[in-house]
Amino acid sequence: MTGTTEGKSNNKLVVKLLAVVVGMFGFGFALVPLYDVFCDLTGLNGKTANSAAVFDAMEVDESRLITIDFITRTNSGMSWQFEAQTRQVKVHPGELHQVDFTVTNPSNRPIVGQAVPSVSPGPAALFLNKTECFCFEQQTLQGGETVVMPMKFYVDPQLPDDITYFTLQYTLYDVTSSAQDIAMKSD
Amino acid sequence: MSTATETLEHDEHHEHHIPKGITRWLYTTNHKDIGTLYLWFAFIMFLIGGAMAMVIRAELFQPGLQIVEPNFFNQMTTVHGLIMVFGAVMPAFTGLANWLIPMMIGAPDMALPRMNNWSFWILPFAFMILLSSLFLQGGGPAFGWTFYAPLSTTYSNDSTAFFVFAVHIMGISSIMGAINVIVTIFNMRAPGMTWMKMPLFVWTWLITAFLLIAVMPVLAGAVTMVLTDKFFGTSFFDAAGGGDPVMFQHIFWFFGHPEVYIMILPAFGIISAIVPTFSRKKLFGYASMVYATTSIALLSFIVWAHHMFTTGMPVFAEMFFMLATMLISVPTGVKIFNWVATMWRGSLSFEVPMLFALAFIVLFTIGGLSGLMLAITPVDFQYHDTYFVVAHFHYVLVTGAIFSIMAAVYYWLPKWTGKMFDITLAKWHFWCSLVSVNVLFFPMHFVGLAGMPRRIPDYALQFADFNKWISLGGFAFGLSQLIFLALLIKACRKIGEPVSAQVWEGAEGLEWEIPSPAPYHTFETPPVVK
Repeated sequence: MTGTTEGKSNNKLVVKLLAVVVGMFGFGFALVPLYDVFCDLTGLNGKTANSAAVFDAMEVDESRLITIDFITRTNSGMSWQFEAQTRQVKVHPGELHQVDFTVTNPSNRPIVGQAVPSVSPGPAALFLNKTECFCFEQQTLQGGETVVMPMKFYVDPQLPDDITYFTLQYTLYDVTSSAQDIAMKSD
Repeated sequence: MSTATETLEHDEHHEHHIPKGITRWLYTTNHKDIGTLYLWFAFIMFLIGGAMAMVIRAELFQPGLQIVEPNFFNQMTTVHGLIMVFGAVMPAFTGLANWLIPMMIGAPDMALPRMNNWSFWILPFAFMILLSSLFLQGGGPAFGWTFYAPLSTTYSNDSTAFFVFAVHIMGISSIMGAINVIVTIFNMRAPGMTWMKMPLFVWTWLITAFLLIAVMPVLAGAVTMVLTDKFFGTSFFDAAGGGDPVMFQHIFWFFGHPEVYIMILPAFGIISAIVPTFSRKKLFGYASMVYATTSIALLSFIVWAHHMFTTGMPVFAEMFFMLATMLISVPTGVKIFNWVATMWRGSLSFEVPMLFALAFIVLFTIGGLSGLMLAITPVDFQYHDTYFVVAHFHYVLVTGAIFSIMAAVYYWLPKWTGKMFDITLAKWHFWCSLVSVNVLFFPMHFVGLAGMPRRIPDYALQFADFNKWISLGGFAFGLSQLIFLALLIKACRKIGEPVSAQVWEGAEGLEWEIPSPAPYHTFETPPVVK
C-alpha cells in the first residue's frame, strides 16, 4: 500500500501523531521543573528558598507581631535527635532573628543528613527569608557528635495582613547512601 | 479518496481464503481477527481480575483476617485494578474499535494492519510480566493501582520493575492502537462519509484515541520516574533529594483523569448506537452529542486535582477544581437527556442489548451523581479514600463501561457470527448481573459514608452486615459472568438461528448492509454514502 497517495498520507499522519506522543512523554518530564517554578512563584507547597537571602536593614514594621512555631521531625529510619532550642518566637516583620537547632547523632557511625523545610500555611513561605540555614547543605555528623545549628531569618514586611501565625517545620532525612554514591563517583 | 478504488483493487490480489491454524491468529492483519483476539483477551483478563475481586470479597466477608495475609490482600486490590483498567476495559474497547470502525465507515481494513497485529500481540506479554510478579519472592505490586510515591518507591519491593515494564508495554500497545484508529478515521472513510455523518461510536473513539496519545505518554513518564527513583537514585518524588511526593499525584492524575474518560467515551458511542435501534427513531441531538463528547474530553484535562483535595491545596485551587469538575456534568447531562429524548415516543422493544443499554443509562447516572457529590470539596474531606469512592467508580466502570461492552457484544455478536446468540442464557445473564451488581456496589455507598476506608483487609464491627451483603452480591455477580462465558462459547461454535443482514429491525448503518456473518473481507469496493 505504501507508494500510493493514501499510503503517503497515512505515513504523514502517523509521523505527526508520533510527534505528539514523543512531545507528551517530554511534557510528563517537563512537569517536574514546571511544578517547581509554579511552587516557587506561588509558594503553594510551603517550600522556602534553597539559598541564602541578603538582609539589608529595612524598616521594621513595629505595628505587627508575627508568631512563628518551629517543629522538628526526623524521617523514618533517621536516628538523629533533632530539636529546636526555641519552640516559638514572636517577631516584627523586617527584624533579623536567630533560632538554634540542636542535633545529635546517637549512633556509632557517621551519618549524612539533609533538612527539608516546609512552611504552613504555604503562602507564608514566600515571605520567610533565611540569611543563614543549615538546610542549605547536607550535614555530616560523626557517631555520638552533637552540634548546634543556627538559622537566621527575617519576615518580609510585605507579608499579607491576614497571616499572623505560621509554622516552620524541618524534616531531617538520612541521605548517607546517596551522599556516598556521589562521593564515589567524584573520586 | 480518489485513490481508494486503486488501493482496493490492489487488495483483491490478496488471498481470499481464510488461513488456518494458530498462525492465522499470530500473523493476522485482518481487523476482524484482531478485534476477536482483543475481545477474547479482554474477557480472559476480566475473569482473572474478577477472580482477584472474589479473593478480596471473601476476605472482607467478615471482619478480622481469615483467608489472606494483608500484604497479599494489597496485591489483590492493586492487580485487580490494573487488570480491569488496562487488561479488560481498554482492550475490550480496542477490540470493538477494530471490529466496527472499518465496517462503520466503509473501509476494507484498519489503516495500519501490521502495527495492529503488533499492538495486540505485545499485550499478553505485558500481562504475563505483571501476573508473574505475583509469584516472585515478596510478591507483586501492593501499592494500589495508582502507585503513589513513596509507596511505590521507598516502600515497595524489587518486583516494582516488573510492574513498570508491564505498564510501559500496555502503554505502547494503547498508543499504537490509538494511532491506528485516528489514521483509519482520517484517511479511510468511504466517499460521502463526512465528519458529521459518522456514527457516534466512531466519533467517540476518535476523541478517545486523541486522549490516549495525549496522556499515555505522561503515564509512561510517571512510571519511568518511579523506576529511576527506586533503582537509579534520582529524587523526583523524594523530598530528601529536593523532590516532592505530592508532585507524583499531580503527574499521575494528569494522566489519570483523562484515562477515566478513555474508559467511558466509547461506551457513550455504543449506547448512542443501541438506543435508536430499539426505539426505532433517529438519535436525538446527534450534533450536540459530538460537541458534548469533545467538551468532556477537553474538560478532562483541567480537573485532575479533584483527586487530591486532601493534599493541602490552597482554597482557590480547590474552588477551581471543584467548579471545573461540576462543569463536566453539563455535557454528560446533555448525553443522558438525548438518550431519554431518543426513547421518548419511540416504539421501544427490549431485546438484550437494549436491556443492557437501559441499565447503563440508569446505573451510570447513579455513578455520575455520586461523582458530583465527591466533587464538592468540603464533603470530599469526609468521602476521600472511603468505600463511597469505591462505590462511585464501580458504578461508572462496571455498570457503565462494562455494561456498555456487554451491550455492544450482544448487539453486534449476531453480525460477527451470523447466528443469533442464546437469548434465554443472555436474559439470565442480564437479570442475574443487574440484581447482583447492585447488591454488590450499592451498600458500599452506606459503609463509605459511615467511614469504612478503602484498601483494607479488616474493618470495624459495625460494617459487618453490609459487607456480608456486598460479598454475597460480589460472588453472585462473579458467577453470573460464567453464564456469559457459556453463551460466548456457544456463539463462537456458531450454534443458533441464522440472522439476516440487518439482524435487528431498526438497525441503521453500513455494518448492517453487509451479510451476516460479516465476510472476512468487507468493503473492498467502498460503498457510497448518501
